[in-house]
Amino acid sequence: MINVKKSRGDRVVDVVLYAAMAVVMIITVYPFWTQVVISLDGGGAGGAAYASGMILWPKELTLASYKLAFDFAELWTGYGNTILRTVVGVLLAVFFTALTSYPLAKRDLPFNGVFTGIILFTMLFGGGLIPTYLLIKELNMINTLWALVIPGMIGAFNVLIMRNFFRGIPEEIEESARVDGAGYAMIFFRIVLPLSKPVLATIALWVGVGHWNAWFDAMIYVNDPGKQVLQVILRKIVIQNDMSDINNVINSIGKATAFSGRQLQATVIMFSIIPMLVVYPFIQKYFVKGVMIGAIKG
Amino acid sequence: MNKTASINGKRIQSERVRLIKRYRVLLLMMVPAMAYYAIFHYAPMYGVLLAFKDYKLTEGIVGSPWAGLKHFETVFSDSYFYTILENTLVISLYKLVFGFPIPIMFALLMSEIVSAKYKKLVQTVSYLPHFMSWVVLGGIFFTVFSLEGPVNSIVKLLGGDPVLFLADDRYFRSILVATSIYQGFGWGSIIYFAAITNIDPQLHEAAIMDGAGRFQRMIRISIPMLAPVIAIMLILSMSGILDAGFDQIFNMYNVKVYRVADIIDTYVYRKGLLEMNYSYATAVGLFKSAVALVLIVVVNQVVKRLGGRDHALW
Repeated sequence: MINVKKSRGDRVVDVVLYAAMAVVMIITVYPFWTQVVISLDGGGAGGAAYASGMILWPKELTLASYKLAFDFAELWTGYGNTILRTVVGVLLAVFFTALTSYPLAKRDLPFNGVFTGIILFTMLFGGGLIPTYLLIKELNMINTLWALVIPGMIGAFNVLIMRNFFRGIPEEIEESARVDGAGYAMIFFRIVLPLSKPVLATIALWVGVGHWNAWFDAMIYVNDPGKQVLQVILRKIVIQNDMSDINNVINSIGKATAFSGRQLQATVIMFSIIPMLVVYPFIQKYFVKGVMIGAIKG
Repeated sequence: MNKTASINGKRIQSERVRLIKRYRVLLLMMVPAMAYYAIFHYAPMYGVLLAFKDYKLTEGIVGSPWAGLKHFETVFSDSYFYTILENTLVISLYKLVFGFPIPIMFALLMSEIVSAKYKKLVQTVSYLPHFMSWVVLGGIFFTVFSLEGPVNSIVKLLGGDPVLFLADDRYFRSILVATSIYQGFGWGSIIYFAAITNIDPQLHEAAIMDGAGRFQRMIRISIPMLAPVIAIMLILSMSGILDAGFDQIFNMYNVKVYRVADIIDTYVYRKGLLEMNYSYATAVGLFKSAVALVLIVVVNQVVKRLGGRDHALW
């Protein structure tokens, strides 16, 4: 790129641009920051910083609210259930999506067009909420883990991405294995999958985040509170403003300190997003790469 | 002529049989997926027949008696249906008009930043809201827009009275659009940013040599080169026009704002799962799915005619 001397005007634009981006970052982070502040704020039953309006800094730092959350058993069962559905969901999705995409990568596979058509059509039309719900009910999957991990298991978009990746694997590698007498199953498991770590990781992350954040399916399919996922428990407290469970915990522990509803909600929110915030910087670059691969090829 | 055709036909047939034999393991691999799609995607499609039946719990979908178009008549003669239809379209259109350009502008601005590190930082921060569920974001915005919250503090500072925004049907749609942009602007910019970085630098070099300024290069080079990507994203957005954002609205709405924010999906949920009015809700849902299908086909055709096959989805 030829070096262009920047004019004064250009430099001013640069400064404005940098400043504007800084403002964008602040606006993006601020809503999350309010939760951090409120959850840590001790001054007057967790209300001081909040009541002052512009939530900038806790008046008094206190971890009391977090200690309470630790004793809130439902949060932990919620975590457990979420981790369970995420792990099982990711394993099933990655395996079966790969299993489906590999044959489709062979352009001369008989009925390839039919298979692809069947899969792609589901992106255009679906049964809708009620028929799907009734089906799950009919299959006796209500209140089971399966209702959460199977319905979305093989996503059409993910199939396309994996298929295109598999098509990029040089034929010679498979050919030489065929010559050595390997069947396609062995080629798939021993050669193709190990070579596909990037795409498997990308799909795993996409599906994983999806499961971690999923709430609607758990809300309608899971009735047993002990089986409920974190997002739904969070939803009860934060969206439906249902503090009954937390209040039970407070009473049973006999905590004298009063907690404001807002502070409890903020703490529970922090509890559920901290894992995501910790993992996020490391995984986001895989996501971005995945989108770019998917977009350019697909 | 006939002899050649039948010989060729046989040749093609035996070729296919040969391939089936050769690929039999692969075809076996497709079985789980086909079973999965048949059960979890196509069986529910069959289930939309519910919209044409009077569902009896004991009879199931197959056994329930036919009701013809009765439920559709009920739907279309219900004035509230038109309220939710209007809300769905209006909210989607607001989100499109205000929300669609923003990731593009953000990507264009980002591409002008020189420092790679700063670029990375801004991008990483901007993707963050995309990774949060609307349960989390909804809860956070309840605080942000509450009577004593930051937004109202600014209102008070400017001399106004605090407003309970999330229960006010004058402001609720605007909040939906604004928060939706907040969640999606960073993530949505990735695709445009990738396209921008793929632009041949020689184009820019030539323009610089011709004396073009930064802004001119943005308008004359970057944006036109983005046209294919923009076209595809626009098609995809149009096909989602009846969606309007269920996750967001369902977590942020309340009875006070139903009149302006109740959309097709939230209505189907309440009518179907809460009130158990299965046939009615399925009819509404089928209407939505059918219209969405027609829409994406039509829009794709239109783009094909206007812009050539490259810009279309299929």
